[in-house]
Amino acid sequence: MDVEEIRKDFPIFKREVRPGIPLVYLDSTATSQKPTSVIEAMNDYYQYHNANVHRGIHTLAEEATQAYEASRQRVTDFINARSPREVIFTRNTTESINMVALTWGRTFLNEDDLVILTEMEHHSNLVPWQILAAEKGIRLEFIPITQAGLLDLEEYRKLLEQMPRLVSFTHMSNVLGTINPAKEIVQLAHQAGAITLIDGAQSVPHFPVDVEDLDTDFLAFSAHKICGPTGIGILYGKLNILAEMPPFLGGGEMIKRVFLRSFIPNELPHKFEAGTPAIAESVGLHAALDYVHHVGMEKIEAHEKEIISYALERLDEITWIHVLGPQAKYKGGVAAFTFEGVHPHDVAQVLDQTGIAVRAGHHCAMPLHEKFNIPATTRASFYLYNTLDEVDKLIDGLYKVKKFFG
Amino acid sequence: MDDLYRELIIDRYKNPHFRGALEPNDISFEDDNPLCGDHIRIDLRVDENGVVSEVAFDGHGCAISQASADLLAESVLGKSLDYIKQVSKQDVLDMLGIELGPVRLKCALLSLKVLKAGVYGLGEASDDLVEN
Repeated sequence: MDVEEIRKDFPIFKREVRPGIPLVYLDSTATSQKPTSVIEAMNDYYQYHNANVHRGIHTLAEEATQAYEASRQRVTDFINARSPREVIFTRNTTESINMVALTWGRTFLNEDDLVILTEMEHHSNLVPWQILAAEKGIRLEFIPITQAGLLDLEEYRKLLEQMPRLVSFTHMSNVLGTINPAKEIVQLAHQAGAITLIDGAQSVPHFPVDVEDLDTDFLAFSAHKICGPTGIGILYGKLNILAEMPPFLGGGEMIKRVFLRSFIPNELPHKFEAGTPAIAESVGLHAALDYVHHVGMEKIEAHEKEIISYALERLDEITWIHVLGPQAKYKGGVAAFTFEGVHPHDVAQVLDQTGIAVRAGHHCAMPLHEKFNIPATTRASFYLYNTLDEVDKLIDGLYKVKKFFG
Repeated sequence: MDDLYRELIIDRYKNPHFRGALEPNDISFEDDNPLCGDHIRIDLRVDENGVVSEVAFDGHGCAISQASADLLAESVLGKSLDYIKQVSKQDVLDMLGIELGPVRLKCALLSLKVLKAGVYGLGEASDDLVEN
């Protein structure tokens, strides 16, 4: 994989953050940058094909519908789903998880039913279940994190004895970087009679994810972290489960027939797609998946492994920096750390002066930070376009912070 | 960098003049900035004329949040509660002497929000207190 060639595909790397200071973008866990092919595909759609999808007879409507459904097929292939009917377009990962909570959960979960989550979840896989717990009295239990930053699978096995209905967990932590053994977690859940939801927001962009191999019942992820646009996400669900679920939002497109006082829902996947969808964004997503597929997901994974290994090695040299999470072999390209004596906001602000974009805060994982008893961290994250040289720039920047706040 | 972290800010962050607690006090209020976990508590002692005779703050957070609390504490010592109600967002920014983006603005204004909520005797601090 030639990173210098890849960087040429991303126009944003031509810009300077301020005069003479190039961009060092280490915030891909929040959102990825977009290659020219994605931006051009969306422009092309708006310039030559723009129309609303479905039911249109005219040429543009047909082209728009074809483009939208072609994107669904592309996603189907990318995650190895059996059918495009299992692929629902949403706004983002968060909406995908909420959809499961508010349709499947609201319909099939009853008081005292158990949902198992983990202590390393993003707020998007905590709050929807908390809302449901308040509404329906379901119980929530959490797979604990070990001191090494991994899920405690022994404790998980014990929790499974309580006969959970659902196990919903992140494939890769957006703070610790921990890559969880998803296949094993799913298998154990199924043996205990539960279904599973995987939050793939951080996994699908960074390594091959195959829903048939994982055998998960649901998978949620977003386009914008895979070099695609914001505003479109995906909920994959097994056909038999989606078929039983009631619709999510009501409106156009999700219906087959409407009467004044009732309606008959549409077929899958349209049953879950009320209103005009994100059509241009679906086109952008299609181009994004083509792009990362062309580069090769295995190559992206290997590249990030190299970068995170090097970054951890360099960060470990610094006595006043403490990286959260496990060692490199269990980890994706995320390094969240504390800086002794300096607040993460100040670290991020000083780094920004040298063109380095990192994130500071709790990264939508407040309970995780509480577990480790720290209010916030600074997080550097890596993707296919990052270089080892940029890791060195980060380290130099951290020494500048130290000097400044000394 | 010097635009954002003037010497004054770094100095007051590292060597605050008003860090501490007043026990007993006449007014005490605390709040945090959920975005970044900054936390500020301000204690006041007020004399019979409604004038601040002693002030202290405590908390944790970034340099801007802590320095602005220290500078704000200094600026209200010897002033009336009515005066404090009039202190504006711009007053705090003038004290800091820097331009701030929307995220860091919340850091800078947390102490004013806490101070005003305390002086007004509110149960909860609101962003409305520092809108102007």
